[in-house]
Amino acid sequence: MRWLNRPASETQVTHGQRLWLYILSGVIMVWLVAPTLIVVPMSFSDSQYLEFPPEIWSTRWYDHYFGSEEWMAATVTSLTAALLTMCLATPLGVLAAYGLHASQLRAGRLIFVALITPMMVPLILVAIGAFYVYVKLQILYTMLGLVMAHTVLALPLVLIVTAAGLKSFDMNQEMAARSLGASRARAFFTVTLPQIRFSVITAALLAFLTSFDEVVVAMFISGGDNATLTRNMFNALRDQIDPTIASISTIMIAITSGLMVLAQLFGKPREGG
Amino acid sequence: MTERPASALPITIRAMTKTYGRVHALDQVDLDIRSGEFLTLLGPSGSGKTTLLMVLAGFTRPDSGSLKFGDTEVIRMPPHRRDLGMVFQNYALFPHMTVAGNIAYPLRLRGIGRAEREARVVRALETVQLGGYGGRRIDQLSGGQRQRVALARAIVFEPRILLMDEPLSALDKKLRDRMQIELRHLHEQLGMTTVYVTHDQREALTMSDRIAVIDHGRLMQLGAPREIYDRPANRFVADFIGESAFLPVRRKGAEILCAGRPLATESPAPEGEKLLAILRPERLQLLDGSVPPEINAFPATVSELVYQGDSFLMAARLEDGTELTLRDVVRRDTFAELPGPGSAVTLGLHARDTVLIPDDGAGAAP
Repeated sequence: MRWLNRPASETQVTHGQRLWLYILSGVIMVWLVAPTLIVVPMSFSDSQYLEFPPEIWSTRWYDHYFGSEEWMAATVTSLTAALLTMCLATPLGVLAAYGLHASQLRAGRLIFVALITPMMVPLILVAIGAFYVYVKLQILYTMLGLVMAHTVLALPLVLIVTAAGLKSFDMNQEMAARSLGASRARAFFTVTLPQIRFSVITAALLAFLTSFDEVVVAMFISGGDNATLTRNMFNALRDQIDPTIASISTIMIAITSGLMVLAQLFGKPREGG
Repeated sequence: MTERPASALPITIRAMTKTYGRVHALDQVDLDIRSGEFLTLLGPSGSGKTTLLMVLAGFTRPDSGSLKFGDTEVIRMPPHRRDLGMVFQNYALFPHMTVAGNIAYPLRLRGIGRAEREARVVRALETVQLGGYGGRRIDQLSGGQRQRVALARAIVFEPRILLMDEPLSALDKKLRDRMQIELRHLHEQLGMTTVYVTHDQREALTMSDRIAVIDHGRLMQLGAPREIYDRPANRFVADFIGESAFLPVRRKGAEILCAGRPLATESPAPEGEKLLAILRPERLQLLDGSVPPEINAFPATVSELVYQGDSFLMAARLEDGTELTLRDVVRRDTFAELPGPGSAVTLGLHARDTVLIPDDGAGAAP
């Protein structure tokens, strides 16, 4: 075990002394991915029930999912809601972040906190509140209501991510652009936005996922023709436990990881940028 | 001669006032900037010089006042309509564009076609001696090169007014000295009205046609560099530009008396009984023997002698306790012969270098 005595870094700490750190990191990583590692094999089981590890492998539950009108409708609902939420929350959040950054208002911090309250209030309260308001407004179980509620949840994320991106942006550049003949809006779109685009793309993906993954609020205010995938999954889990849920989960994991890979590919500035 | 603008524009500033809380950043400033001149706004930090530049650019809205470019009132015009070039302290180049992209930006906004755009970018790059750098990324450039790109971007659309906010302050001294001369040449070549902000008096003296000295939001003096240096209007200007010691003198009838002896001057003394004589280190000389009538003599005691390579500094104390310094060139072998600390010497100041200002009781140097 000569490796244990070798220095692990410039500071003469040996790998032996770091061993506990390696083990801890390993355990945490396994812990983080374990649910995924269990769900994915379960989805390829031939059994009527959720079982791990599966005895016979099959894709029948995928066939069941893709063949079910009900599941397909829920999937369309979820994807539509997520896309609309992204399209609504991203511009709103970016505008808010930009406005707060550029105005240097003294009340800016207060407004910032107000805008991120949906993140701090327990989700169940947002859901109950939305439910009562929507009953009054008669937009319960509508796409409009769902997108509005999810936008409320996604907005803080967009705001925080974009604000962080703007922190490292030099606003003098926008002044330079304006002195060179660009209107304020033009300066924003040609100079500011291209430079914070990585934050904005990340924010948009997070907004999409916020809606796509969301279940608590959806339980209360989505339903009927506009029931989301997560809501139906929850109900299915309660009523009859069959591996369709595992296969849907696997597909959702694939979509989510795909988006994360996209975020890594496009969401990372080139060196020096 | 590549980018001569159709014409330069004069700038007229009237009663410009801007307050931040109780602080007057600009206090009733009147200033006429001549068409095509290189005017420097000089002042310490917080003097209001940058505020004035930002008012010119349109980024700061003054509380009151009038601003005209030529005959056009522009006080309510947004920055992007003012059609002026501006160079920022930190250059504010766009890192997501190439050098050529940066310089083409104002041309693109003005809807200039691709072919002409490219030709003008090439010419602008040549003007700032960066020919062939168009394809570079901004982060591949040195500080001096970025400075030049910022300049090229500000002049490529041939604005009739060019504003510069301490553009050389981030460069090292040698590069700064060279850029000062280059900017000066460029101004002669392009001929646009240029307003330059700096806190560096030497930079102002080197580059400007005229200098506007600003303090506490007020215009302290406006004049050519030699005027400002040789004939400062008040203690602030005398103190801020160059080094100077102040010697209290009094008017008695037609004469100006310094410690009971009459003081020879060539320029008329300002109003008032209590005055100050300005003693600049490089205008003082060491006297030996006879004193010609056009020289004012001041008996003093040497307190310190400092060797500085090309020159020496002699600190001395007058009989009334006024501390002053004399600077002269070190010529071969002469340094060793200079009187050392404790020696009695006579310092001379030529009558034409004897400048009087009112003693406004502003107190000691800041």
